Amino acid sequence: MGRYILKRLILFFPVIFGVVTLVFFLIHLMPGDPVEVMLGETALSSEKEDLRKSLGLDKGIGEQYLIFLKNARKGDLGKSVHTKRPVLETVIERYPATLELTIAALIIAILISIPAGIISAVKKDSFVDRGFMLFALLGVSIPNFWLGPLLIILFSIQLGWLPVAGRESIYHLILPAITLGMGMSAILSRMTRASMLEVLNKEYIITARAKGLSSAVVIMKHAFRNALIPVVTVIGLQFGALLAGAVITETIFSWPGIGRLMIQGIYTRDYPIVQGCILIIALSYVLINLITDILYSYIDPRIKYEK
Amino acid sequence: MRNRLAIIGLCLIILFTLTAALAPIIAPYDPSEQNLFEGLKGPGKKHILGQDRLGRDILSRIIYGSRVSLQVGIMAVGISLLIGLIVGSVSGYFSGFIDNLFMRIADILLAFPGILLAIGITAVMGPSLTNVILALSVISWVGYARLIRGQILSAREYEYVSAARAIGASHFRIIVRHILPNIIAPMLVQASLGMAGAITAEAGLSFLGLGTQPPTPSWGSMLNEGRNYLLVAPHLTTFPGLAIMIVVMAFNFLGDGLRDIWDVKERIKNP
Repeated sequence: MGRYILKRLILFFPVIFGVVTLVFFLIHLMPGDPVEVMLGETALSSEKEDLRKSLGLDKGIGEQYLIFLKNARKGDLGKSVHTKRPVLETVIERYPATLELTIAALIIAILISIPAGIISAVKKDSFVDRGFMLFALLGVSIPNFWLGPLLIILFSIQLGWLPVAGRESIYHLILPAITLGMGMSAILSRMTRASMLEVLNKEYIITARAKGLSSAVVIMKHAFRNALIPVVTVIGLQFGALLAGAVITETIFSWPGIGRLMIQGIYTRDYPIVQGCILIIALSYVLINLITDILYSYIDPRIKYEK
Repeated sequence: MRNRLAIIGLCLIILFTLTAALAPIIAPYDPSEQNLFEGLKGPGKKHILGQDRLGRDILSRIIYGSRVSLQVGIMAVGISLLIGLIVGSVSGYFSGFIDNLFMRIADILLAFPGILLAIGITAVMGPSLTNVILALSVISWVGYARLIRGQILSAREYEYVSAARAIGASHFRIIVRHILPNIIAPMLVQASLGMAGAITAEAGLSFLGLGTQPPTPSWGSMLNEGRNYLLVAPHLTTFPGLAIMIVVMAFNFLGDGLRDIWDVKERIKNP
């Protein structure tokens, strides 16, 4: 197991390097002159030259890349074209809002999916099971950019129960968190059901029942604890995916997180900001996946990664 | 139940394809025809699903929008599948350096969650349907390549591959004639689920203003437009979203169903 973690950590750094490289070259995909795209054709030539210099675009691409790597290592991702503030500072400032939304979505997804998955497995092929699984199939298919506006129409406009947008109170968090967490709850409930069904057929469950243990003890203590292992992995992987989903959810609900910052950056053609947001989200995703993998190897003693 | 859902999915996909193909015949109005006096009008006898801000018929726009979704889905999945097929086959069959190189590229691309890289690419390259297809292909091919690589890694150990090799068949022939036909099922499952993903992603990018541009009707951009009129005209949001959900659900149903059917066959083959 130790060797697996070491191997995983060794692989982590080339991936980070690759991510930084890809993000650097992304901006060079831009057709035409990036400075003109960012400032517009009417900008003064002195302004254009200033920006070109500050972005290092006056140098050769190889040199630009080396400078980008050197600066990125120090946490310097450049400055916003419009606010002139350091990109990293601006992105980090928005990070707590995104994290808050993502964690809330994760909690909602777990609260819905785990009980739904367990009940579905225990009551397999019943009316309840079919109901939950239909919900899961719908949940996977509903795009969050439709669910969000639907929830706003119902809970904010029709019923007037919850605020439409912003981040002033806990009530502002409810609709965005449900919107973001719905897809994950659908995936997790199917996963929990499948995992529970597999475990419920194991011999030790039959033994536990034969010993005369109550159904609740058999399901929760013997079955669920073992069924949890693959579910935990999916939770870890999906948590990272939620960060990307937050881009759209934050835009719908004007939630002041990294996702919204990135989209605002795109609309105002502030590409250093866009670059910074993509980099931070991708790095968080890689880190979460690494932690999940390591945790997984601890949770499940049966795993033999060493070959 | 799954197989029933797969059949429902298939029927809906056929309906969706026919709608896209026959859009000019079945759409009651020209999707770009404006009637500013009737802007934001709700569903009625003349316009079953209502009219948008410019008085355009929503049903006609949804019907024409299906063309964009279908086009993006087919193109993005087709390109990803083709790249995935070439890279995955070569990587899985030959192993060694090529395989290592592919795995590292895959690691880097998979380090970007879902749609994030697609947003980045379309943001930088500019919003257009071509760029959406390109961006979705860039993010999706890895999934197909990994699937095909895995299948080939296990398939090349089978006796029929050794037999083909023994009679002097070329690498190309072994891959194309002997291995690929045997891994077509998981590829179809992935392609069906991939269509659902591509349609959602295109709609998501258009929703953000990074996909299809006006006046071309697209379900995502219709939703984006409707977002500004939630209070006065919720029908602008409801119907295009419903269309996306139904089509995505149909491909998910089909993909899930095919996976189940394939698993059953696997169990029969390897009891």
